[in-house]
Amino acid sequence: MESTLLVDLSRAQFALTAMYHWLFVPLTLGLSFIVAIMESLYVKTGNEEWKKITKFWMTLFAINFAIGLATGIIMEFEFGTNWSNYSWIVGDIFGAPLAIEGIMAFFMESTFFAVMFFGWNKVSKKMHLLSTWLVAIGSNLSALWILVANGWMQNPVGMEFNVDTARFEMKNFWDVLFNPNAVSKFLHTIASGYVMGALFVIGISAWFLLKRREILFAKRSMIVAASFGLLTSLFLVFSGDESAYQVAQNQPTKLAAMEGLYDGHSRAGIVALGQLNPDKQIGDNQEEFLWSLEVPYALSFLGYRNINAFVPGMDDLVFGNEELGIESAQSKIEKGKVALDALKEYKNAKKEGNLIAATTNLQTFRDNECYLGYGYLDDPKSIIPPIGLTFYSFHIMVGLGGWFVALFFFVLYFSMIGKIEDKKLLLNAALFSIPLGYVAGEAGWIVAEVGRQPWAIQGMLPTGIATSSVDETAVMITLSLFAIIFTALLIAEIKIMLKQIKIGPQGESHV
Amino acid sequence: MFENLSLFALQQYWWFLVSLIGALFVFITFVQGGQTLLYTIAKNDAQRNVLVASLGRKWELSFTSLVMFGGALFAAFPLFYSVSFGGAYYVWMAILFCFIIQAVSYEYRKKPDNLFGTRTYEMFLFINGSVGIILIGIAVGTLFTGGNFVKDDMNLSSWTLKTYGLEGVLNPFNVALGFTLFFLARVQAELYFLNNIAEKEIVKNTRIQLVKDAVLFVGFFVLVTVMLLFMSGFAYAGENVFVVEYKFLANFLASPILLILFLTGTLLVLYAIFISLFKNSTKGIWFSGVGTVFVVLSIFCLLGFNNTTIYPSLSDISSSLTIQNSSGSHYTLTAMSYVSLGVPFVLAYIYFVWKSMDKEKVTSAEIEADSHHY
Ligand code: HDD
Ligand code: HEM
Ligand code: HEM
Repeated sequence: MESTLLVDLSRAQFALTAMYHWLFVPLTLGLSFIVAIMESLYVKTGNEEWKKITKFWMTLFAINFAIGLATGIIMEFEFGTNWSNYSWIVGDIFGAPLAIEGIMAFFMESTFFAVMFFGWNKVSKKMHLLSTWLVAIGSNLSALWILVANGWMQNPVGMEFNVDTARFEMKNFWDVLFNPNAVSKFLHTIASGYVMGALFVIGISAWFLLKRREILFAKRSMIVAASFGLLTSLFLVFSGDESAYQVAQNQPTKLAAMEGLYDGHSRAGIVALGQLNPDKQIGDNQEEFLWSLEVPYALSFLGYRNINAFVPGMDDLVFGNEELGIESAQSKIEKGKVALDALKEYKNAKKEGNLIAATTNLQTFRDNECYLGYGYLDDPKSIIPPIGLTFYSFHIMVGLGGWFVALFFFVLYFSMIGKIEDKKLLLNAALFSIPLGYVAGEAGWIVAEVGRQPWAIQGMLPTGIATSSVDETAVMITLSLFAIIFTALLIAEIKIMLKQIKIGPQGESHV
Repeated sequence: MFENLSLFALQQYWWFLVSLIGALFVFITFVQGGQTLLYTIAKNDAQRNVLVASLGRKWELSFTSLVMFGGALFAAFPLFYSVSFGGAYYVWMAILFCFIIQAVSYEYRKKPDNLFGTRTYEMFLFINGSVGIILIGIAVGTLFTGGNFVKDDMNLSSWTLKTYGLEGVLNPFNVALGFTLFFLARVQAELYFLNNIAEKEIVKNTRIQLVKDAVLFVGFFVLVTVMLLFMSGFAYAGENVFVVEYKFLANFLASPILLILFLTGTLLVLYAIFISLFKNSTKGIWFSGVGTVFVVLSIFCLLGFNNTTIYPSLSDISSSLTIQNSSGSHYTLTAMSYVSLGVPFVLAYIYFVWKSMDKEKVTSAEIEADSHHY
């Protein structure tokens, strides 16, 4: 294993850049559709007011889009620069969706983006509308492919370890694409983007209403966004439930950490609210929570679609549970070490031309292959991800999910009956929910990525093996530079955005 | 159909595709070249706005081509991706920084309350077009001159120098290549402006500047070509890697098609410069564009074919990478080959959009009338 400092720095750098990227992507995903819907209304009705509305939100879209690109390019190359072992070991599978993303999605976005912004007087109305839709579709396609890649990290399928090249190789592209984990991830994540787009539009429209400016514009924007938001937030909850189901199937340690479940039970409930006991250790008898509010049976149902199902806790996963046929981490680690040794022996035997030794070692390797990743670990408890971070992030996300559904419902209702201007409290709530949308999204990724630890590829490749072997200093330098430059650009983006909002839809976007 | 090809054939096909994407990227770096001319060609703010607006419709293509180049390398030659990016760490990171600042600059440059002021964003564009391009040239140069890496039995690699790729700037060939790309980008930018902008003064200044950049470009290009033909290269046979004198000259002679491509491309670029300077033509960019793609394609192909290494190791020659020992599996290359059938389609819609957006030339009147310009 590489030094833990190097691994931690690389993780910190990846986390930083990914979390910055994720500040901009959801809005791209959501706003692109909202803008496309608005422009469709313009083309359909021919009403110039809709064109103004469209152009206003488009300006904000562009400001956000630019910085999304700036952070995205880093992510793409970071797999090489900071996770170079990872890139080799799983690149045969993982590289494909990334390349497809480039061909299918990025070019579509960037080509039609130019038409969307500069083509108003150059192409026909229909062609312009088509371009706007293609930008929206392109951005969603890019989400698809990257999430296929990420889904595969959570649930590696469709591949086989090649002993001669010492890496995983793809065996079935369709398995990778239709990986159930990737499907639920894609749906849940794009839905979160749509919700973010809707929160953004209703929040800013609420601000205009509170300021008594641009009333017509704000009310129209609000109706479009609140309808879109209500639909998508319901879908978000539904797909979140599906995501949890997938986690239960493939990543029981993540599920246990999400719920702070140490001791597994059947008919397990969900802790809706609670505070983890900070002194609690895996395997001891202390209480799990200082206080908690539980929804009975819900976890068994959520995870296994059966209220009687047994949900393994962290103790079961670490120490094993013979009754239920759960293997202990220690035993997996031992088998993993057997696999690793056999692989080494196989390579040596091959080099020396000893065919018999090569064959027997290969057989041993194949018998223990599915434990390969565990061979790199030493401490059985290390299979458990950071519990507090995973638990709280998950609960923050779910709580906010419920709140957004309610918010969209009320905003839509009062918009429909024409009373929205008078609901000061609701308008303020809408405004302050913009940052909450970002909080929920980032929290979701923390659940997904921190909850996957210690694995880069679930069960196959620990994070510690995946990193590049560069100097710690080198990563420290780039990490600091990223932190500085992204923060500076973020501040610039927010300032520009706020200014454009203040200028409003009637003003010129340029001074 | 692709599944019936041998692994080696697929590796060659993919090296060709990677070369093609690289070549298209070099063509589109006219955007970067243009970014370095904002204070040379334009004499005032209004003129600068015209240049930026003209480049602004293309900049994302250049950005995305770079991303695509990385993605294609990752999928097709993952070991190369892993060794080079993870090893020449500082160089790639420096390149990335030069592109981060490009991405925001067009959009933020003229927006009120943009925190840093217009000049800063223009400086960002300049850095991207100069440092960014020269560093890319240096990084690509190391494919010919080698990098300081080793890889073990498990194909895990590390760099042997603490300068992580920065040492590449000490190699004259790499540097000369960097400057060739830089001046090529500027020449192409000038040809593009001539084609795209209808402002008398800008056109006049562009032609004057074109003379200077063309001379410098031709100088560096000749230098790089001579160095390339005379340098030693690395060849492999099975697992063995060895140094061969005049390797690239030999490769040219071994594949006349590459030689023809190279010579045609060179002539096309020279022709483009000639008609723009002496025939008042505005079509130069199309000739130089095709020419650039031909030349770059042929140069990249020199590496991937005829048993040449694509990335020689200076630390341990047997660690050197070839298209055969660094590629994806037969299955993945096959799957990706099907995906590659989409490339002509992408090129077609880019061409179509380009045509319909550039029907009329950019003028400052147009920009002032449009609230949505950069
Ligand atoms: C606005 C943002 C937002 C909101 C309100 C929710 N989610 Fe979420 N969630 C995301 C945004 C998000 C995300 C950012 O899109 C994640 C990160 C990774 C992923 O696949 O989606 C995510 C991940 C994620 C995961 C982890 C998936 C994994 O580890 O692979 C689960 C189990 C849930 N979500 C479940 C839910 C449930 C049950 C919600 C109920 C209301 C919910 N989410 C609301
Ligand atoms: C670690 C993984 C990721 C990588 C390597 C990555 C890579 C990139 C790159 C290179 C770009 C710039 C594209 C261009 O040149 O046009 C980009 C933009 C984008 N990415 Fe990511 N990305 C990652 C995560 C995500 C996720 C999780 C999503 C969505 C669910 C996403 C969606 C998008 C979208 C919609 C854009 C469009 C541009 C924008 O928002 O400004 N990306 N990404
Ligand atoms: C854009 C949204 C994303 C966010 C906010 C995010 C966040 C994070 C965080 C916080 C970590 C650090 C986890 C830890 O080390 O404890 C991480 C690690 C990582 N993530 Fe993501 N992630 C995102 C998307 C993706 C996607 C789409 C992929 C792959 C396609 C990906 C691949 C990785 C890898 C390779 C690591 C490093 C290894 C590891 O720590 O497991 N991430 N990410």
